[in-house]
Amino acid sequence: MPPPPVRSPSRLLLCHCRLPFHISPQTRLPLSHNSSVRRRFHCSAVSAVSALSSDPQIAPTDLTTTPPSSHILSIRESLLSRRRTAADVAGEYLDRLRRTEPHIRSFLHVSETTMREAEEVDRLVASGKDLGPLAGVLVGVKDNICTAGMPSTGGSRILEGYRPPFDATAVRKLKEAGAIVIGKTNMDEFGMGSTTEGSGFQVTANPWDISRVPGGSSGGSAAAVSAKQCVVSLGSDTGGSVRQPASFCGVVGLKPTYGRVSRFGLMAYASSLDVIGCFGASVIDSAIVLNVVSGHDRFDSTSSTHEVPDYASFLMSTDHFESTPLKGLKVGMIRETIGDGVDVGVISSIKAAALHLEELGATITEVSLPSFSLGLPAYYVLASSEASSNLSRYDGVRYGNRATVDELNSLYGDSRADGLGPEVKMRILMGTYALSAGYYDAYYKRAQQVRTLIRKSFKDALEKMDILVSPAVPSPAYKIGEKVNDPLAMYAGDIMTVNVNLAGLPALVVPCGFVEGGSAGLPVGLQMIGSSFSEEKLLRIGHIFEQTLPNYRFVPPLFLELV
Amino acid sequence: MALIFHRGIIANSQFFSRSSGVLFRRLRASRSCTSARGEGTANTLKEELIQVAPKRALEPNTHGFEAIIGIETHVQLFTLTKAFCSCPYVYGSRPNTTICPVCMGHPGTLPVLNSKVVEFAVKLGLALNCGLSMTSKFDRKHYFYPDLPKGYQISQFDIPIATKGFIDVDLPVEFGGGHRRFGITRVHMEEDAGKLLHSETGSYSQVDLNRAGVPLLEIVSEPDMRSGIEAAEYAAEIQRLVRFLGISNGNMQEGSLRCDVNVSVRPIGQSKFGTKVEIKNMNSFSAMNRAIDYEISRQVLLHSQGQSDQIFQETRLWEEGAQKTFTMRKKEGLADYRYFPEPDLPEVVLTKEFVDKLCQGLPELPEAKRRRYEKMGLTMQDVLFLANDNHVAEFFDASLENGADPKLAANWIMGDISAFLKNERLSITEIKLTPFELSELIASIKNGTISGKIGKEILFELLAKGGTVQSLIEEKDLVQASLIFPVRKASEFIIIVDPAAIEALVDKVLAANPKQLEQYRAGKTRLQGFFAGQVMKESKGKANPLVLNQILGVKLKGES
Repeated sequence: MPPPPVRSPSRLLLCHCRLPFHISPQTRLPLSHNSSVRRRFHCSAVSAVSALSSDPQIAPTDLTTTPPSSHILSIRESLLSRRRTAADVAGEYLDRLRRTEPHIRSFLHVSETTMREAEEVDRLVASGKDLGPLAGVLVGVKDNICTAGMPSTGGSRILEGYRPPFDATAVRKLKEAGAIVIGKTNMDEFGMGSTTEGSGFQVTANPWDISRVPGGSSGGSAAAVSAKQCVVSLGSDTGGSVRQPASFCGVVGLKPTYGRVSRFGLMAYASSLDVIGCFGASVIDSAIVLNVVSGHDRFDSTSSTHEVPDYASFLMSTDHFESTPLKGLKVGMIRETIGDGVDVGVISSIKAAALHLEELGATITEVSLPSFSLGLPAYYVLASSEASSNLSRYDGVRYGNRATVDELNSLYGDSRADGLGPEVKMRILMGTYALSAGYYDAYYKRAQQVRTLIRKSFKDALEKMDILVSPAVPSPAYKIGEKVNDPLAMYAGDIMTVNVNLAGLPALVVPCGFVEGGSAGLPVGLQMIGSSFSEEKLLRIGHIFEQTLPNYRFVPPLFLELV
Repeated sequence: MALIFHRGIIANSQFFSRSSGVLFRRLRASRSCTSARGEGTANTLKEELIQVAPKRALEPNTHGFEAIIGIETHVQLFTLTKAFCSCPYVYGSRPNTTICPVCMGHPGTLPVLNSKVVEFAVKLGLALNCGLSMTSKFDRKHYFYPDLPKGYQISQFDIPIATKGFIDVDLPVEFGGGHRRFGITRVHMEEDAGKLLHSETGSYSQVDLNRAGVPLLEIVSEPDMRSGIEAAEYAAEIQRLVRFLGISNGNMQEGSLRCDVNVSVRPIGQSKFGTKVEIKNMNSFSAMNRAIDYEISRQVLLHSQGQSDQIFQETRLWEEGAQKTFTMRKKEGLADYRYFPEPDLPEVVLTKEFVDKLCQGLPELPEAKRRRYEKMGLTMQDVLFLANDNHVAEFFDASLENGADPKLAANWIMGDISAFLKNERLSITEIKLTPFELSELIASIKNGTISGKIGKEILFELLAKGGTVQSLIEEKDLVQASLIFPVRKASEFIIIVDPAAIEALVDKVLAANPKQLEQYRAGKTRLQGFFAGQVMKESKGKANPLVLNQILGVKLKGES
């Protein structure tokens, strides 16, 4: 049993004194360019926010609340200082993974070579050679991202046992940076779903309440980071598949600008919307991962040649900011996302988060995106159309599961009928229909026109505002099985996120509060949306928000219970 | 012909995609082809001999009707690598040896456009007098077939890279000659599919993806052709064009140039088109000519018998053995390829500088060459011969630059040099004779230094061994002075030109080598060299190689 929730507001105030930053001085020092004078927040201002930030009735559980520190930097620091070996770190994570996995089931495959690779890192440390930025960092990789020699199924039975002959570019870059792929995480089949219930293999549980879904489609990656089964993880986001599970699991989720990260090796769902994103327990960790995986790739013509700034180093010096570090920042709250159909607890968490941003110096204005509600239907037409095309290759001819039949049409029909799940089949049917002669103009073409409108409305809004904020999801994590038979309700849950994919913009989800549910409350994530290639700005704001948010402690009860 | 037959079907496999029992239907088709080949050596040969009449007589009797012919041509580009990945493509490689995850359609792979494809497309667009789309895009064309790894072909749909052009053609003199201009509707870029290899028993098929992803340009003509010879000459001109441009080897046997022909017939004066029939599986221009004329006759006959409703919109295959077209498949409504813009590839944007640079770099094209040669006073026969092959044309032009008389140079090239090339199975770029020496030779004969007969002797030395005219003349002088060899030398030039005599030799050789003959007819056309060698041996080296090869070619094909 987790400890009972803290109910006393007076005790809550105590923790505000612990707000200063917890990046170890060793790692911060070489990166600090500014003066070493540390400025603290004005405590009274922060405490005023805290009273509003969330219902104390369901406030986080632990008194030793601290802003999240970077696990990546602390691993690096302990390796460099020889306090711990990579093998120790790997052993710790693997041990926790073994104990939590029966409850959470976030992995479809766990690597057998993790310890060997960790020992390799230790040899590198011993030799005194330069370590990559992710040396010894255990990374979970969503199963639709190809890993050489490791199964990569995209959560689909049709690819059961398929081992790609190559690493996705993002995975290759992670490995080159010293990361160790600990395993492949569960997901809704080919990314189609919001719960992992659509996985061809298993359902992942939410570490905050194992009777609930972790969100999806990157539910395995989010749950794994939340339960500390791995340090960080890669996900993919076509219509919210990184941001929604990040919100459900109380972790940081980053959906970069379309083209920021190479899609080479990402099994295509909707090519014009797909983006590889990442999860971390802190904004810094997400930024470090983004640093590593970003950049142009000659194997992906849609990857951008836009310069990659050092997303992470920028965050190191944030402890030098003034009492109102976001002074002058113009934040637009999307009106359409805080109205009807949105959980009241979610709305109040988001409003509290907005107040916190205000306390930090930002000005909050409500903005309206008139085309917002059109995003959902347009998204489902476009994503399904592209999916019907992209999934044609799963025919049983060259790889994956093949039906044993002796006639070609049955080979196609049976292999796909047996190998693909119902949600995937439904979307292939919808997409095939939308692209058919005579319907193309009414569906696909019209949806593209809507997409243009949405792009424009975001562009206009982001000319007036620095960032836009909204909930990441209209509700907290719901029960496993709750929406299985109501696909429209499930689709409606994507309303907050799909528009961002249609516009190709970057968005960051940072845990910001709780609503009632489970034993310790259920986390709610704040979505911050920026203009194209403004990840640096988003990460900086997210980092300040996270580091200054009172009671920031998004550690799931399952973790406390088992560790 | 069996192998080529397969290729013909597979290349157009998309048309099978929607029918049921696809694989097995195709297997049947290939079996029937195999049996046709079996008969080919004995019975069918005789039938063909009877069928084939002089060329003129082959032209269909169309009085009162006119044929409307349009052609879709696929040209395989010889870029170093495939269209969207870095795999090479070498015709005839072992199956599945030039493939990678991208052209195999593995999950997570993405296409990256080979810029040479755009360059070649622009060159062809310019050469075909087309308008270029400065911004075009790729689209996906969907159908299921085992040789199509991704389940869609990357192609161009509504915005092709080049549109609305034309091509000028000179018809061969023996077909009455004449100049024609045919419209070009569009040129677009796309990728090739792999091929299926059917097992001997027909119980299974294997997929070879070597060809998957090889770049193609599809050229769609306006329905401007009216006869088989016009269509064949259109295709031949496309072949010359791509060879002159250096963008494809244009080899029909290897499938680098493939033509699908649409033929319809209507009463003269009627504006509405008749029912369109598509013909596939023609492996040479002469086959195209015959197939189309056969098809026109078939349709005209049905029209004139009041049975025009018996002409179906269908795909028919040309069968070389029977010299007829056969129904391959009736159209089952319009195929829906569900085209949509390829999201993995950015738009193709051409800049004016890029186009201008390519435009300036274009070589002299066949039509311009023909007009130039014509102005020199050469006969149309000479003009067509010289401008047919870009290497021959280059050789001719180079010897003119050295001052050679055009008519004399043309005669040498078309006569002895060409015969030598045929006999030795060489291309004009591979011989030791240089254009300069040819012009020297011509000059030496013209100014009386040597006789024509000695000139010929020297020419063969130059062709075989190289050297200069000057040094060979000096050498010959020495030899003649010694008076030892002249008789033997002279005997070497007693050449058998009597076609009847050579025909007898050819018959003898063919009869003595039935196995090789069968292999030749099964598609191993390279064996022609073997037969030529045997006949030459039989004639003790005295057969005129030009006549020999002409007769041999006809005999090998069993044409008469």
